[in-house]
Amino acid sequence: MSGVSPRRIGALALRYLYLLRRSWIRIVELAYWPTVQMILWGFITRYLAGHSDVLGQAAGLLLSGVLLWDILFRSQLGVSVVFFEELHARNLAQLFVSPLRPIELILALMAISLIRTLVGVGVAVTLALPFYDYNLFALGPPLAGFFLNLLLMGWAIGLLVAALVLRHGMGAESIAWAAIFALAPLCGIYYPIATLPDWLQPLAWVLPASHVFEGMRAVLLEHAFRLDYFLYALLLNAGYLGLAIGMFLAAVRQAREHGSLLQSGE
Amino acid sequence: MAEPPVIQVEDLRKQYGPVRAVDGIGFDIARGATCALLGGNGAGKTTTIAMLLGLLLPTSGRIHILGEEVPRHHHRVLPRMNFSSPYVDLPQRLTVAENLTVYARLYGVLRVRERLAALRRDLDIDAFFQRPYGSLSAGQKTRVALAKALLNEPEILLLDEPTASLDPDTADRIRGILTDYQRHSGATLLLASHNMSEVERLCDQVIMLRTGRVVASGAPRELIHRYGRKDMEEVFLDIARGIQSGEVVE
Repeated sequence: MSGVSPRRIGALALRYLYLLRRSWIRIVELAYWPTVQMILWGFITRYLAGHSDVLGQAAGLLLSGVLLWDILFRSQLGVSVVFFEELHARNLAQLFVSPLRPIELILALMAISLIRTLVGVGVAVTLALPFYDYNLFALGPPLAGFFLNLLLMGWAIGLLVAALVLRHGMGAESIAWAAIFALAPLCGIYYPIATLPDWLQPLAWVLPASHVFEGMRAVLLEHAFRLDYFLYALLLNAGYLGLAIGMFLAAVRQAREHGSLLQSGE
Repeated sequence: MAEPPVIQVEDLRKQYGPVRAVDGIGFDIARGATCALLGGNGAGKTTTIAMLLGLLLPTSGRIHILGEEVPRHHHRVLPRMNFSSPYVDLPQRLTVAENLTVYARLYGVLRVRERLAALRRDLDIDAFFQRPYGSLSAGQKTRVALAKALLNEPEILLLDEPTASLDPDTADRIRGILTDYQRHSGATLLLASHNMSEVERLCDQVIMLRTGRVVASGAPRELIHRYGRKDMEEVFLDIARGIQSGEVVE
């Protein structure tokens, strides 16, 4: 039996290093996840340590937060990952020489994202009942508003990521997973925006999800539906979604200029 | 009065920085013609086809297809055209039936089931109709790609190397399918190919490209005669190697 060859192992490691060296996104990703986790759990700890009054409701707050967060996460992936499947399948050129218009592609991605989100989150919401005796629908009618705003924000991020990949190639694919978690510490999923340092709070308030999670806490802790949070989130989403659609269409046009629709997936 | 060409290309250019991929080409293709776009690697064939399809925006020049200006109004003509290339694919995990159903709907085919039944028979894809596309051989995939290209019974069919990397038997069957389709539908075929015997068999018009320019055009027999050669293979080699410059169109 021939022995293990350090030279061959080194050659293959070199192949992965070449790939890493060529993509700044992959390098950033190495440090990205530990940093995000550290920031997120640091703020949760700070909030719970300073508010012993909410500890009794912590389970409800955390479960509502994680389930609503999953709506945002799934709706974003429902757009971006489904789009990547077309790239991996080298199917994009086929689609763009068919009568399908780019805006129809966007709407189809949104439709499939809605279905995937309903299925994915629906299972988690159902399982929360027997496991934790927790019913997300106890949030009442405001849940529909939360769902709508998180879905719209997920679509906007998903389209922005798809536009980036169309422009910069599959090296940017990991942004699909990373983008949403970069926003997680800012959205106040598990703690109020006031927990964040003063200098970070203005940044948090321009995110629709921050208004959703503040609204969620208002329902759970104060039993009040805050219409102002809902409307702010809706307004911000209208802007972000418009921007994302514009950027996706611009990326398609640029791909037509550079000929990258024919090369996608290679 | 003579019918206007279904494809009209005038002074078409595509430039990537300093590289002129297509450099001021022009040609007309009449309805019902089978035309070959020939040239060595990098001559500009795929770039030209991509511009005709609206997949690639020209740097300058004019394209009219079925009387419509492309790319400005390419959505008006795309339902009447189709395309097949070994360089694009279909979703691997979907079955042949699922892939063709999706594209039939995208092209607005009215009686999807009947159309698919006809294609299953004509292209002999019945045996693997319910199998995932990704599990098929190269020859089977080519037939499925051609089925997709014929779904909407296109008036114009653009084919980029339709028999590339196929064994002679499969390649011959593909050529037979194309000939039959062209004969019964009266469609216009434009194909990029490196296979000169295929060109002689299928095509009544040839456009030769070299470094993004049209260097010769005409019927295959006319070109063979003009270059004093015995077949298109020799004409192709002459032109590709620049041994004989040929007649510059334009």
